[in-house]
Amino acid sequence: MTGEVSPLRVYLLHAAIILALFALNFMLPPYHHGLMARIMVLAVFAMGYNMLFGYAGLLSLGHAMFFAAGMYGTGLAITHFGTGVPAAFACGIVAGAVLAFAIGLLALRTSGVAFMIVTMMFSQVFYLAILYFAAWTGGDQGMVLQQAARVATLGPLVLDLSHPVGRYMAALALFAIALFATLITVRSRWGRVLVAIRENEERTRMLGYDTFANKLAVTVLSGTIAAAAGSAFALLFGYVGANFAAVQYSILPLLWVLLGGAATTLGPLVGTVVMYYVTDTASSYTSAWLLIVGVVLIALVLFFPKGILGTLRERWAGWLP
Amino acid sequence: MAFGPHLFLALLEGLVSAAVLSLTALGLSLVFGVMRIVNVAHGEFFMLGAVLAWVTSSMLGGHPALGFAAALVAPPLAVGAVAWLAERLVLQRLEYNPEATIVATIGLLYIIQQLALTFYGPEARPVPPPFNYRILLPWFGYSGYKLSIIAFSALLLVATWLVLTRTKVGLLMRATQYDREIAQAFAIPVGRVYAGVFALGAMLAAIAAVLIVPISQAHYLMGHDPLLLSFIVVIIGGLGSLRGTVVAAILIGLSDGIISIFFSPTLAKMVATLAVALVLVFRPQGLFGATAR
Repeated sequence: MTGEVSPLRVYLLHAAIILALFALNFMLPPYHHGLMARIMVLAVFAMGYNMLFGYAGLLSLGHAMFFAAGMYGTGLAITHFGTGVPAAFACGIVAGAVLAFAIGLLALRTSGVAFMIVTMMFSQVFYLAILYFAAWTGGDQGMVLQQAARVATLGPLVLDLSHPVGRYMAALALFAIALFATLITVRSRWGRVLVAIRENEERTRMLGYDTFANKLAVTVLSGTIAAAAGSAFALLFGYVGANFAAVQYSILPLLWVLLGGAATTLGPLVGTVVMYYVTDTASSYTSAWLLIVGVVLIALVLFFPKGILGTLRERWAGWLP
Repeated sequence: MAFGPHLFLALLEGLVSAAVLSLTALGLSLVFGVMRIVNVAHGEFFMLGAVLAWVTSSMLGGHPALGFAAALVAPPLAVGAVAWLAERLVLQRLEYNPEATIVATIGLLYIIQQLALTFYGPEARPVPPPFNYRILLPWFGYSGYKLSIIAFSALLLVATWLVLTRTKVGLLMRATQYDREIAQAFAIPVGRVYAGVFALGAMLAAIAAVLIVPISQAHYLMGHDPLLLSFIVVIIGGLGSLRGTVVAAILIGLSDGIISIFFSPTLAKMVATLAVALVLVFRPQGLFGATAR
């Protein structure tokens, strides 16, 4: 698909993006600095979604549960067991991976429309469970993580995640890891197997690949990345809330990925940035930001199904991964 | 109240919600059966029906029955028109690709919801029932209006059934459902059948909402639960099977009514959703399996 392009250009582009984001840390005014940290974490969520939807072609309407699993895994560990930041982060990731494995085992028995509905329903159950076990989770009030609990100590290194710069750098580090993990995955042999499954599952099975195992693996990977984003969101912004498990947070990553371009490594970032700034600008004129989300969704599927980077790749830059 | 009458009350309440639910779910099921698409905005058509019912009845004034009669006609027609437009302008151009359709109807959901919030506002408002008559039972008095909902819904269900099985329109719809391409080859205007079915599905949801709005109030977020319950009903009843839909609606409506009187509604919803997701995973043809074509 990429043809005979030297991989150097691809890696340079991605390194340049990371560098540019690093440079932005020193140039952005405080408001946009905070916004950008938030966007990077949510872009990681979108990248996790893109692994499953963009590359493997599985449209899930329930990714909020993986994001929330990471968030609550971390939040519950800190609130009820008083763990440190690294352990809490690990708890969130493990929670997301385990949940993704269990959901994958069940939901992947279905396909197409049934898969979307099943994932949406499991996510709804997860959301209701958070509300029901309010004694532990704080119900719809959620939990606030105190500043003292958000200071990470790794040996001699002390990182205060509630401080703007510490927060930005932590978000950037997570973003960089997720970006290169995605890039390496989709350029690997396994990444091509995933695309083959998306394009024609029957034929891929005939070629001798175990499509169920591959789909399960990518579901776990996707859920784990989403959980990492959720866990980081809890640690960086100090709030764990049930609304992050609601249907809306399953739709948003789909929107970001579609806008930026499904099955492009940088699409999730582009989509999240554009959508965040569009709604942010619009909200100074009108409170009707859901209207914008709706109109953009319909306009995308009608006129622009490949998204920004997908169109760019098709027209001008065929080498974009 | 003793256990027996309490259970009887729960049964009555369950029957009312079952009646409304079967109308709503029938709309979703028709659209899924004939067009093979999932309409995520179905709950918003329900909400739009309720909100427009409030607008109609409060604009008319006068005797509540007059306003309610107008609300039974005008809002469903308006909702049907909105659905027809959405079908022609958006869904048709997507060529009913299942995934693109879901994304587009999610967009439609947000648009309708936001417009309702902007123009109708965040308040919950009631519509006065057409008549206030209490039927006195030996243990408690029961609203006559609620019983009339059950009767009226049953009437509408039978009417829909007759249209589907006994008229030319119904024949066209069934032919399109059976095989779209052959129907087209026999000069059936498939595009117009699709638009009509989509509008009809939305109108059924709107009528259900108008019926329920004198009991529960009109609110811009009220479409969420009917959507989820309709999904549950359509899945349990077997995707696209109309008879199964009605049976499942009665089952779900009754058990929902009974469970939420005796247990926590959140727990009831949680268990029901989980059970249904598992049904979809292990028995995709539904419990009353009309086998998939």
